[in-house]
Amino acid sequence: MKKKNKSQAVRKVALFGMLTALALILSYVEALIPAFFAFPGMKLGLTNIVVLVALYRMGSVPALTINLLRIVLVSVLFGSFASFVYSLAGGMLSTAVMILLRHSGRLRLVTVSIAGGVAHNVGQIVAAMIMMSTAGIGWYLCVLWFTGLITGALIGMLGGMLVKRLPERLFAGGKSGEE
Amino acid sequence: MNNSNKKKFAGIRADIIVVALLVLVGAAIALGVFLFSGKGKTAEVRIDGKICARYSLSQDRSIRLSGAGGGTNLLVIKNGEAYIAEADCPDGLCIRTGSISRVGQSVICLPHRIVVEITGDAGDGNDIDVFVK
Repeated sequence: MKKKNKSQAVRKVALFGMLTALALILSYVEALIPAFFAFPGMKLGLTNIVVLVALYRMGSVPALTINLLRIVLVSVLFGSFASFVYSLAGGMLSTAVMILLRHSGRLRLVTVSIAGGVAHNVGQIVAAMIMMSTAGIGWYLCVLWFTGLITGALIGMLGGMLVKRLPERLFAGGKSGEE
Repeated sequence: MNNSNKKKFAGIRADIIVVALLVLVGAAIALGVFLFSGKGKTAEVRIDGKICARYSLSQDRSIRLSGAGGGTNLLVIKNGEAYIAEADCPDGLCIRTGSISRVGQSVICLPHRIVVEITGDAGDGNDIDVFVK
């Protein structure tokens, strides 16, 4: 019995580590896409695929934990203090919104992802407004609101496929009590 | 047949409502921003993400911008508005964008990586260029 618990814990650590590393790499890959240079803050949200998989296959707490770790690591490695605040505001708001909507039990994964995409960008803009209080940031909000909708839909479709198809044994030991 | 269609619709009704709400709220914000944003005072030029120059909109002039990869765009400032008059980029999207004058509006030339954006005054916007990852 004790031995089994230990192996469960090892599996859990490995799974969290792997997913966090995956989210980290996706953050980095995304920053390399040059088409988004025009609007700082505009991005695909590739890491949200990992968050969606964690949310739907492991639960709320793992999803939040992995995203928080990812944000801290990305900021320490590649970012500045300002980018940390923006990512944190966006990431936490979007994860919170997705957790709530998922638990409403009435929405499809794609819709949850769309709302998450918009919430991410709104969180980011609100943080920017507080930090800079710049006029003209309203336009950013409009642009990012709709890009959040579109990227959220794309990421939701991709994430939905993965959530459906990833084998169950991958997540053995990684579930939190709520499932 | 009819019944199963109904069932299908009921399954995604909540989703349709949420997405429609998001689109409507977005449109309302866009309308609000358009109505309330004032005329800008400065045209800020960014090439490859870095701020290169600021030009006051109150002074009529034309500036030749050299973008990434050697291309050029002719930026014209006239009567408090800014627009791209000539460009040797393949798509010419920046010319078709037309003239801009409200705070936050921008003309973007993707091939040359040039962004011209209207800002409210000459003082702020310096720390806008943080890349969020």
